[in-house]
Amino acid sequence: MSEYVIEMCNITKEFPGIIANDNITLQLKKGEIHALLGENGAGKSTLMSVLFGLYQPEKGVIKKDGKEVKIKDPNDANALGIGMVHQHFKLVHNFSVLQNIILGVETTKGGFLKMDDARKKVMTLSEQYGLRVDPDALIENITVGMQQRVEILKMLYRDNEILIFDEPTAVLTPQEIDELMKIMKGLAAEGKSILFITHKLNEIKAVADRCTVLRKGKYVGTVNVADVSKEEMSEMMVGRKVSLNVEKEPSHPSEVVFEVEGLTVVNKEHGKKVVDNVSFQVRRGEIVCIAGIDGNGQSELIQAVTGLIKADSGTVKLKGEDITHASIRHRNTHGMSHIPEDRHKHGLVLDYPLSYNLVLQSYFEPEYCQAGFLKYDKINQYAEKLIGKYDIRSGQGGSTIARSMSGGNQQKAIVAREIDRDPDLLIAVQPTRGLDVGAIEYIHRQIVAERDRNKAVLLVSLELDEVMNLSDRILVIYEGQIVADLDPSKVTVQELGLYMAGSKREEGK
Amino acid sequence: MKDKRLGNPLQRQGVQNTIAAIIAILIGMLVGLIVLLFTDASRAGEGMMAILTGGLTDLKNMGQVLYYATPLIMTGLSVGFAKKTGLFNIGAPGQYMMGAFAAVYVGVKWTFLPAGIHCIVAVLAACLFGAIWGILPGLLKAWRGINEVITCIMMNYIAMSMSNVLIRAFIYDRAKNQSFRPDETAELPKMGFDKIFVGESGTPSSVNAGIVVAIVLAIVVWVVLEKTKMGYELKACGFNKDAAKYAGISEKRNIVQAMIISGALAGIGGGLNYLAGAGTGIMVADTLAQQGFDGIAVALLGMSNPIAIIFTGILMAYLTVGGLAMQSFGFVSQVITIITSVIVYFAAFILFFSQIIAKFAKGKGEKQNANAEPGDSGQAPPAQPPTPPTEGGEQA
Repeated sequence: MSEYVIEMCNITKEFPGIIANDNITLQLKKGEIHALLGENGAGKSTLMSVLFGLYQPEKGVIKKDGKEVKIKDPNDANALGIGMVHQHFKLVHNFSVLQNIILGVETTKGGFLKMDDARKKVMTLSEQYGLRVDPDALIENITVGMQQRVEILKMLYRDNEILIFDEPTAVLTPQEIDELMKIMKGLAAEGKSILFITHKLNEIKAVADRCTVLRKGKYVGTVNVADVSKEEMSEMMVGRKVSLNVEKEPSHPSEVVFEVEGLTVVNKEHGKKVVDNVSFQVRRGEIVCIAGIDGNGQSELIQAVTGLIKADSGTVKLKGEDITHASIRHRNTHGMSHIPEDRHKHGLVLDYPLSYNLVLQSYFEPEYCQAGFLKYDKINQYAEKLIGKYDIRSGQGGSTIARSMSGGNQQKAIVAREIDRDPDLLIAVQPTRGLDVGAIEYIHRQIVAERDRNKAVLLVSLELDEVMNLSDRILVIYEGQIVADLDPSKVTVQELGLYMAGSKREEGK
Repeated sequence: MKDKRLGNPLQRQGVQNTIAAIIAILIGMLVGLIVLLFTDASRAGEGMMAILTGGLTDLKNMGQVLYYATPLIMTGLSVGFAKKTGLFNIGAPGQYMMGAFAAVYVGVKWTFLPAGIHCIVAVLAACLFGAIWGILPGLLKAWRGINEVITCIMMNYIAMSMSNVLIRAFIYDRAKNQSFRPDETAELPKMGFDKIFVGESGTPSSVNAGIVVAIVLAIVVWVVLEKTKMGYELKACGFNKDAAKYAGISEKRNIVQAMIISGALAGIGGGLNYLAGAGTGIMVADTLAQQGFDGIAVALLGMSNPIAIIFTGILMAYLTVGGLAMQSFGFVSQVITIITSVIVYFAAFILFFSQIIAKFAKGKGEKQNANAEPGDSGQAPPAQPPTPPTEGGEQA
């Protein structure tokens, strides 16, 4: 018996013009949690797709228990006991949990489903690994966290021994992440071997035994997680020293730029106040962060102040002007910039080239438009300028279709566009969601630089690290209300957590 | 067509779409041939040749192709333009009919207008009526969120009945159960085409300035979509209406604008068809205008690209003329309807075809790379179509 349950030796996978995996070796021990770390585009997904049979490598072999195997398609992978939880779940939304789990491996008798046996097996597995699910609930009615547990149960139901998790925490709340970490440890303790794709160092530190690092398609090394620091791992990943803490001078806030007074948003469907009488101010030269657990009204608050939805009552003032009922275009052209929460839904027209996306709110200005015709030369020049200045990487410069760019570069493009419009108020909603360390560092620096240029910054973040590192003032939102106005230098993470969970509330709030 | 930087022309989107359209046409022809074989195997070959060459047999027929193409290009532009802005204008038949009525009404009644002006006013009337028929579904969609497909279909039937009523009331030729013919001063100028496209027997084709108008409008639509601020806004809405809203573009205004233009294009199509001087009035019948529905096919096959629509419109017209020639061999004209239907059916697969072509082109490139590797034992894996890693990974 080999020490390793799966070995991928010297895997090389090329695509036209790019070597996605260049001589990569990955060895997975039985019962370990093995992290696969790398920036976006480092080749993690390609390597896992090779293991899962979606791609055939040009060179290299895959061994299971020391014996060489050929994996031609996902069925082969499944037969070898390899299962995968994809980043975007593969579930049938109007099927129940149980139906989803048995989908494709239904046991039947005379053409009829034998659901009772399946239910018994699912419930046993669910108890054994602490995967709480309601087998009869429909997928569309359950939380993202529970959907993920269904995906894990799908693998276990198929008796998979090797479990691949592709960036499983990207979609989860902090509580759900903690729970997932526990589940993963439990699975490993029961003898399952886990491959964990991520670029979050905290999570690797929390659960992984060993970690293999990839950079730009090449193998950098495999380390014992306990022996290295987060800084060392991030250096391996990025190829240079990265500061995980944001370096910034104390803030010098001056006059009030942005003022929200008694803002209330009522949800049309259930009639609840999702934003409840919220008032706050943001001054020049400070970063005010709205912290809270996802779903406590942050999104609606920002959509209301940016004009994407109508506020039911209250006023919004920008530089003293009442813009409560102003059009989005008016806000855009009068000093408000907005890095939206969902870069694919709001931030970009994915089928437009990058250059078009970089003038999304300014294409009509005389600089880019004359007598109704767009000035392509000027738009392209401007795009090239931003691409250079903000280091946006894309295959064909300004004419690259936004959809084909990596997530990090899409976000950089949005950040570049919003900052370069030279706003008085920059609103940034989860600006670093789903990005790797290098891109996060970059975007944090840009946001601090905006503050230092005497702009007002309103930040919304779900990541506690980001909240603590970046902000000059923290407003905690809970169930649509601002429950605390805190100074990050005087509050601990634990205390902040209590406010966010609603179990603590500042006096007078 | 070759772009040296990219090397393989198969990797270019435009080339892929063109090839895919040709595949759809070939399949349509093949099915047509099978139908002909079943009908009368002995003459199927001749019938097929008639379809394929009918439009080229003499200059008159070549002219007829352009004549039939005129309304198809216009309705194709109408549907294609709406599609680019994210709307499905299935109301082209109704807009076309209202345009036709308006043009004929002006052509018959407003004889006080001098020659040159008369036909221009008639076309403008067609444009206006088409636009009005387009604006209603647009307004309902923008302000009340009603799906434009449903309102457009209803508008089609209203147009059908309404034009019957209006024709009977104002311009009814009882003897022929159709409208009067537009006055000669309202007919579109021949621009010398009647001297060029003449048959062997000396009869000229019906082709006229309409085809020039259609081609010019196709180019104008292309310029509007690709070069102007309005096109930028309309397409942004079509691609991603949330991002358009975020950018401060008014979605409501855009929907109405797009439907007005789309309706106007179809209306002009109706006008151009009945101002051709081909000697026909509008039939009073309870049927929707076929040219309107054919416009959907033309737009689909042309992937909504205005320039491509010129060619797909001409192609559809070419089949119509070929179908007329085929009938002399004893086949029914419905064979042409079957062929065009199959082409439309497979046109819906254009994206699918072009993806296969793209994969083929990519796969070939990949194989070449693999083979170029020194020391490679020649066991390069079969060209595997690369699948995005996030898709298709469902556990079986």
